Amino acid sequence: MLRFLAYLTLVAVAAGGASLIVTRPQTIPDSAIAGIEADLARGEQAFHAAGCASCHAAKGAEGEARLILAGGATFETPAGTFVAPNISQHPEAGIGEWSRAEIVTAILAGTSPGGAHYYPAFPYGSYAKAELADIVSLAAFLETLPEDPTPSAPHDLGFPFNIRVGIGLWKSIAVSNDWVIDTRGDETLARGRYLVEALGHCGECHTPRTATQGLDSTRWLAGAPNPSGRGTIPNITPGALDWTVDDIVAYLTTGFTPDFDVVGGSMTSVVQNLALLPEADVRAIAAYFKAVPPVE
Amino acid sequence: MIKPLAFTAAFGALAVAGTAIADSHAGLPPAVKARQAHMQLYAHNLGILGGMARGNAEYSAEAASAAASNLAALSQLDQMTYWAPGTDSDTVEGSKALPALWENIPDAVSKGQALATAAVALSETAGNGLEAVQAGLGPVGRACGSCHEAYQLSDN
Ligand code: HEC
Ligand code: HEC
Ligand code: HEC
Repeated sequence: MLRFLAYLTLVAVAAGGASLIVTRPQTIPDSAIAGIEADLARGEQAFHAAGCASCHAAKGAEGEARLILAGGATFETPAGTFVAPNISQHPEAGIGEWSRAEIVTAILAGTSPGGAHYYPAFPYGSYAKAELADIVSLAAFLETLPEDPTPSAPHDLGFPFNIRVGIGLWKSIAVSNDWVIDTRGDETLARGRYLVEALGHCGECHTPRTATQGLDSTRWLAGAPNPSGRGTIPNITPGALDWTVDDIVAYLTTGFTPDFDVVGGSMTSVVQNLALLPEADVRAIAAYFKAVPPVE
Repeated sequence: MIKPLAFTAAFGALAVAGTAIADSHAGLPPAVKARQAHMQLYAHNLGILGGMARGNAEYSAEAASAAASNLAALSQLDQMTYWAPGTDSDTVEGSKALPALWENIPDAVSKGQALATAAVALSETAGNGLEAVQAGLGPVGRACGSCHEAYQLSDN
């Protein structure tokens, strides 16, 4: 699968300027967000629902320390090791000098202020479905968080993954803005879908990938290999997960399974985020799971 | 802190549950069976408290204290022989203990100690009422989870 990404990169490098035009990074201009008023409470909820702290807080940080977005968490993948950068308000080490539109552009379009493509280890492919007002509010919330001077560490990637041009092609092929589930006008399901498919980016871990490294919507949330190379991420469709809505809500907010095993691995930090959401939101997520097509 | 009787009772329970689990985990090295059985005992006692906390079972000061004392006792048993070298998830099929645990023994031990601290605190308050149980469960769960986050393989 990753070979395909490598191949895209090589094609893109070979095609040089031509492919740069085809896959020019998208940006969201100041004018697009000018009329949107930021709401800090809404931004804080979006921050927790989107799990920014899972990656950008220091490894092992708990409680208030998860608001210090110093970066440093590492993600092992077959392409190499990614390191989450410092996104604190520090003017040099972090993103303190960025405009709000630049932050929104990074989150929704995966494009840096300098116009480079971000690697999809930053799950902007899911965030792309988020409401602009949520992300503008989130950007405003980030501005209220502390500074941290820790410099961002470079990724440790081999050729050709260390060349960002190929990501543009990947974005155009693999990122889709279509919702996976039809919620048929049900408001709770629509809220659950928004939290799972957009902000919560649950599919980034729980859904297997297609040959082009996009999320396979025909096996949505049906489980996937762990990108670290060890073990698997569970199937959470009704084909495998027979928990009640209450069981799911309890797990997502306390980490206890119905058998009182305790959540582990990369899900631990997801639970820490979801525990900070209003219970109605977690219930909407659980309701959504019941509506997902079962995959055995 | 820990009553000798409760301690002995926990040991007895360990032996009983150990045999029950051993059957379903046939073929695993004894060290792996032992630690998985130990973990099941955590889950069992936590389940008694969790059931009360969620209102699925009626609160009983006696039952809550007993379960919390078991947790406290279990968390203070010397477990070093369970974590025998060469029994990680890369080597033994059926184990979910990541090799990282053996690369970070001092950290794993301190995570075990953090659990003991939380469990002892809960054992001292569990008899005081439902709210005390509800308040004390969070720190215990987080202590379990912080070790699982780092050292338990996700695989199913
Ligand atoms: C799964 C891990 C993960 C999550 C969740 C995540 N990020 Fe990131 N983020 C990364 C990685 C890795 C990079 C570096 C990407 C690159 O270098 O191409 C990054 C880059 C960034 C950048 C660019 C920083 C720079 O110096 O160029 C910003 C801004 C950012 N993330 C903000 C956020 C926000 C806000 C959220 C929550 C809405 C979030 N991230 C969620 C992993 C993550
Ligand atoms: C010091 C680290 C550590 C702590 C603390 C810890 N666990 Fe575990 N737990 C593990 C590891 C590692 C495994 C995987 C063991 C194996 O399969 O070899 C595991 C496995 C489990 C299992 C699965 C057992 C089986 O039958 O396969 C359960 C259930 C469990 N833990 C519950 C708990 C509970 C409940 C707590 C807290 C009261 C807890 N654990 C505290 C490290 C820990
Ligand atoms: C960073 C990767 C990642 C993300 C993002 C993620 N999960 Fe998970 N999830 C996991 C892993 C790993 C497990 C297995 C946990 C374990 O081993 O204890 C898991 C387990 C679960 C389980 C329990 C399944 C079972 O059978 O035990 C549920 C429910 C779940 N996740 C829901 C969600 C929801 C809802 C979201 C989005 C808000 C989400 N996950 C996002 C990695 C992830």
